[in-house]
Amino acid sequence: MKKSAFFGALTVAGFAAAMASAGTLDDVKAKGFLQCGVSTGLVGFAAPDSNGNWAGFDVSLCRAVAAAVLGDPQAVKFTPTTGKTRFTALASGEVDMLARNTTWTFSRDVDLKFTFDGINYYDGQGFMVPKSLGVSSAKELDGATVCIQTGTTTELNLADFFRANKMKYEPVPIETNAEARQQFLAGACDVYTTDRSGLAATRATFENPDNYVVLPEVISKEPLGPLTRQGDDQWSDIVRWTLNALISAEELGITSANIDELAKGTNNPEINRILGTEGNLGGMLGLDKKWAYNAIKAGGNYGEIFEKYIGEKTAIGLSRGLNAQWKDGGLIYSPPFR
Amino acid sequence: MSDVAYVRTEMVPEKAPPASQVGPIKWVRENLFPDIPNSVLTILALYFLYLALSALLPWIFHSAVHANSLNECREIIREAYGPDAVGACWGVIVDRWHQLLFGFYPQDMYWRPVTAFVLLLVALSPVLFSQVPRKMLMFTAVYPFIMYFLLWGGSIWLPLSVMFGFVLAPISHKIVAPLAGNLAGVIAGFAVPILWWGLAAGPVAEYLHSVAPVGIEYIESAKFGGFMLSITIGITGIALSLPLGIVLALGRRSDLLIIKSLSIGFIEFIRGVPLITLLFVASTLLNYFLPPGTTFDIILRVMIMVTLFSAAYMAEVIRGGLAALPKGQYEAADALGLDYWKAQRLIIMPQALKISIPGIVGTFIGLFKDTTLVSIIGLMDPLGLSNAIRADQAWNGILWELYAFIAAMFWIVCFSMSRYSMYLERKLQTDHR
Repeated sequence: MKKSAFFGALTVAGFAAAMASAGTLDDVKAKGFLQCGVSTGLVGFAAPDSNGNWAGFDVSLCRAVAAAVLGDPQAVKFTPTTGKTRFTALASGEVDMLARNTTWTFSRDVDLKFTFDGINYYDGQGFMVPKSLGVSSAKELDGATVCIQTGTTTELNLADFFRANKMKYEPVPIETNAEARQQFLAGACDVYTTDRSGLAATRATFENPDNYVVLPEVISKEPLGPLTRQGDDQWSDIVRWTLNALISAEELGITSANIDELAKGTNNPEINRILGTEGNLGGMLGLDKKWAYNAIKAGGNYGEIFEKYIGEKTAIGLSRGLNAQWKDGGLIYSPPFR
Repeated sequence: MSDVAYVRTEMVPEKAPPASQVGPIKWVRENLFPDIPNSVLTILALYFLYLALSALLPWIFHSAVHANSLNECREIIREAYGPDAVGACWGVIVDRWHQLLFGFYPQDMYWRPVTAFVLLLVALSPVLFSQVPRKMLMFTAVYPFIMYFLLWGGSIWLPLSVMFGFVLAPISHKIVAPLAGNLAGVIAGFAVPILWWGLAAGPVAEYLHSVAPVGIEYIESAKFGGFMLSITIGITGIALSLPLGIVLALGRRSDLLIIKSLSIGFIEFIRGVPLITLLFVASTLLNYFLPPGTTFDIILRVMIMVTLFSAAYMAEVIRGGLAALPKGQYEAADALGLDYWKAQRLIIMPQALKISIPGIVGTFIGLFKDTTLVSIIGLMDPLGLSNAIRADQAWNGILWELYAFIAAMFWIVCFSMSRYSMYLERKLQTDHR
């Protein structure tokens, strides 16, 4: 007992010390680069190419923040984090922000002392089955064997869903997505369940994707977003409003193609405020006037990034769905820039 | 009358032995079909071999080598070998082999790890083979600094200034020992270099660099990956854990209470904890304890943990060798009037280490393969990279090709280690069996 209290005290001291350090913004400016925690590799969201350059949906957010703060989307160093190391990496100050498709939950926000700075992708847990199983709804899955990644929230969601519907299932525990794919194709399980973006990405790699269907039910809410340490509000604001700038840019029709044209001044005051030709929103954040211009210029607006890495034209082929702009029936919505 | 019907006047020429007693037929009969149970086993084994190869060989050779994505691979294979053919997609290896070997190390700097690796073989040769001139050991002693300089780069003054600490040790011993006795000399021999490293080495290197900036581009640890990372961690662990293990084994057999209990405590603690726990301590827990802003290199942390881990196992292997020596050897050493260190160096250790060679090499091989565990804490070793490569949309879904390549690389290294240990055992074999 004494020992654990001792270690606990040390941990708390460590936390306190980490928080007492100068603002993250000053740190990043002094270092000259942003240290961004990403996944060790997730199709469409974060992956290194053959030259070692990271790219993907989450990676683009890191680059946008780097562009907003430092004016250079290349001024990022990526720290690959696993599901087990991601939170310590952020809490200990090893990374400045985490953009690693992390679900925003109560306990992570409140108990782990992080701040979620918005949602860049609305995901949800779904099911994939072979067509030959003849199932069209998840409610017909009574008695199925289910491939499930252990130690994730998906495991708990699955148990809840089957219990609520008074159904039984047999779990086939697996460790990684690659293993799940192999087991599922080999017929070791009838159903594979994980986030629907992951299902789509996995299905796209099958020899005959048409033989498999993703069932319509979504059994959980998985709002994924970037997070920062609690207690550094200025830095959290920067990440939050960089994401909002990308979202607003899509809503207002600012693209990487026309941004230079629009930056000369337009009749839309909100565009002017975002691009820094009117007012001084950047100054309020402690950034350059051109911060949002740089962020959008880095990889395009939210819609462009979506289409480039995970949209319908890519191998993953995700439709916008919940992630469409609010005007188009989705949930992507940015507070106004004023 | 001659009743001798027939007298042979010359020798009959030798006949060839019956076909069943010579050549391949005899070998097959003796080795594969000597009796019924063995024949059945042979046939069964051949059948399983056939099953395995008939599935494996078409997969390996009905393959696509020049392709830029998994789907392209599939098309090429379908066109070449029919619509139902399944084959390996070696395109992923062609596209990413350099990443599997070097991680994210800058491509125009590949000569550095390659040179370091070649020099490693040169540095190892006098240790491994007694035919190589002994003077080469000088190079071996300097090699760790060369390796550090080549892999990480930066200013040349830092490794030189750290190396100077080792030069200080005998010098300070020689100066202090005549003045204040042998014990003080030994203490000074340890204390002066430690003070040098702790206080002076860094600033001196910085000063020298500002005066004469000699160096090559600094490559940060985050860029290390692939087999380069495995080999760097593995070699450091192997090189450091053997001496540490010897010290621990001697400590455990020592009569001095404190040294003995410290050694036992260390060994039993480390052996009671899984390596992955130690790696988690290295990657996450240490971050909380260190003052914020300290950058204590993650690879260095992992190296330390891996070294400590294998040192504990090494200590037990060597203790086994020490225990196997007959008591007479110790007594003979005492009778010759040798002191403790001389007895260990000249009589005990050469024999104990010889006995422990298989165990030592086994620990080395295990240590080298254990380096793949670092992928769990987010380091990009070959297994971690295989996941990252699969995250590329072009290669998502590739599994066996990457694993086959990684397995082949590991096999080469581990098999050579095992062969070398057999060579060493034969060479050192002095008894008549």
